[in-house]
Amino acid sequence: MSNSSAEPRVNAPSWAGRKLASVSVLPLLIALLVLAILYSVTIGRYDLSLRDVFYILIDNIHPVVTPYWESVQEVVVEQVRLPRIIAAVIIGFGLSISGAALQGLFRNPLVDPGIIGVTAGAGFGGTLAILLGLQGYFLLTLAFLFGIGSILLVKLLSTVRGRTSMLTLVLAGVVISAFFSAAISIAKLLADPFQKLPAITYWLMGSIASSSYADVLLVAVAVVPSSIAIYLLRFQINIMSLGEEKARALGVRVVLVQWIILLASALISAGVVATSGIIGWVGLVIPHVARALVGADHQRLLPVSGVLGAIYLLMVDNLARTMTTAEIPLGIITALIGVPVFAVILRRLHARGGWSSD
Amino acid sequence: MIEANDLTVERGGATILSNYNLTLERGRILAVLGANGVGKTTLINTLIGVIKPKSGRLSVGGQVGFVPQLFEVPFAYSALDIALMGRARHLGLFGAPGKRDYEIVRRYFHMLGIDRLEPQAFNSLSGGQRQLVMIAQALASECELLVLDEPCAALDYKNQDKVLGLLAHLRDMHGMTIVFSTHMPQHAVEIASDVLLMTSGSKYVCGPTAEALSAENLSDLYDLPIARADFDGLAKHTYAPVFRHEGARFDA
Repeated sequence: MSNSSAEPRVNAPSWAGRKLASVSVLPLLIALLVLAILYSVTIGRYDLSLRDVFYILIDNIHPVVTPYWESVQEVVVEQVRLPRIIAAVIIGFGLSISGAALQGLFRNPLVDPGIIGVTAGAGFGGTLAILLGLQGYFLLTLAFLFGIGSILLVKLLSTVRGRTSMLTLVLAGVVISAFFSAAISIAKLLADPFQKLPAITYWLMGSIASSSYADVLLVAVAVVPSSIAIYLLRFQINIMSLGEEKARALGVRVVLVQWIILLASALISAGVVATSGIIGWVGLVIPHVARALVGADHQRLLPVSGVLGAIYLLMVDNLARTMTTAEIPLGIITALIGVPVFAVILRRLHARGGWSSD
Repeated sequence: MIEANDLTVERGGATILSNYNLTLERGRILAVLGANGVGKTTLINTLIGVIKPKSGRLSVGGQVGFVPQLFEVPFAYSALDIALMGRARHLGLFGAPGKRDYEIVRRYFHMLGIDRLEPQAFNSLSGGQRQLVMIAQALASECELLVLDEPCAALDYKNQDKVLGLLAHLRDMHGMTIVFSTHMPQHAVEIASDVLLMTSGSKYVCGPTAEALSAENLSDLYDLPIARADFDGLAKHTYAPVFRHEGARFDA
């Protein structure tokens, strides 16, 4: 809005204080996302040109040319690649917008659904579902319930006399994650080693290789309403990042806002975990890049984080399916990229004096 | 504007304030003085509604704006972003600031003479500048009672003078009622019409500055000799502590 014309200041002390772009970057990113989607449909073992893809897709709405392609190509585009691409876009969007919201809510730039224990909790819920032979929405429900449960435990552990300390929050997240990781190990131990154990193991590594439209619908049901809820609270998140007491003094309904964000984030994590296993680091890293682009104001940060995350996860998934002849689980690549980026962020935060512990 | 009867406030199970009675008329300035940890901040948090009193009655007759002690924000918000947050009360849960909100905030930035700070990162501002931005935030909430937690702490003399001058201006020109806490009796002498001297959670002196603010009461308050000092050639006075009176002993 009015301060989007702001020039980066010379005297801004922190690296996170400067925003690179003075123009509105959202339309640019959306255009980039559309290009990335089209490009992603063309790549893979079946070679297709952008023109082929365009005609195959447009044929569904209104036939422009007489079909010159084989039906296999149509199946590849519409049934194999497209659902997977849409899934990647939704997952990347959801993880990033929830990461940005949680970082604002907890006033902590090092928070994401994984760090505060939701991912491990939802992972255990999903593991339990597979162990019990449940699928689809049952798996989603169990993942959601355990995701919510873990966020409750973390909040409970880190709140002393009504105050949530940022440091204990992260530590509580580590504790709860460790607990659910142990629980997952127990579930694996109990699982039938020929059928369920491999299913659990591959699912946990994080992959959207076999996404169908049913999976897309499942993850969309979780991510779309949650993202809308988070976006509606964009201004409240700004105020929450001043701290609970200051927010309360400004008239924010602190508890209500916290709960909506926590529930929405848990639902996003659960939806993602249910359809594609554990994909870490996206929600942690992407908001930082977005903040460098458009500044800290969540009104711009949330949508930019989401679209940036969608592009990022789509590109990572392209790597996952084309780098080698065998699929590489997504979670492995996001971790390989995310860990060093996280290390750099940590060092830069440390260099500007760390973060205060209250 | 403020009416407190038998106000008792607890924090973490301990009684911090017991049986406080306060009255503050509209358009007056109340200075709150007291030793560290006596409960000034608790009183302020009660006034702004962040803490609910345990018992007693507290009525505040108008919208409250709050200026906290100097702080840093975890993210790089601009000064304008920070001041806009003052509009929260008028925007609702799902709202975001619109054109009118920007206009209101800009008007106060202009009034305080800090227009050029608008795009700057809040954390990069000096203490005095940050204090002014926070006052703009409180004013943007369109409050009638302004509550400030140690507005002059960590500011140099020039900036203290600026903030005090601004508070007096807000009272005189805008009819604002103001409550602020401070460790310097001189701040109260300069602008406060009333003072609250908090000796302990249950013992306090409250009244018009001319009567309640005396060397004797202050000596009692700080457990240290406090002397009145008149400025040569000025119709002004202050109160100053007599440090190292009779020599401080740490081995006793």
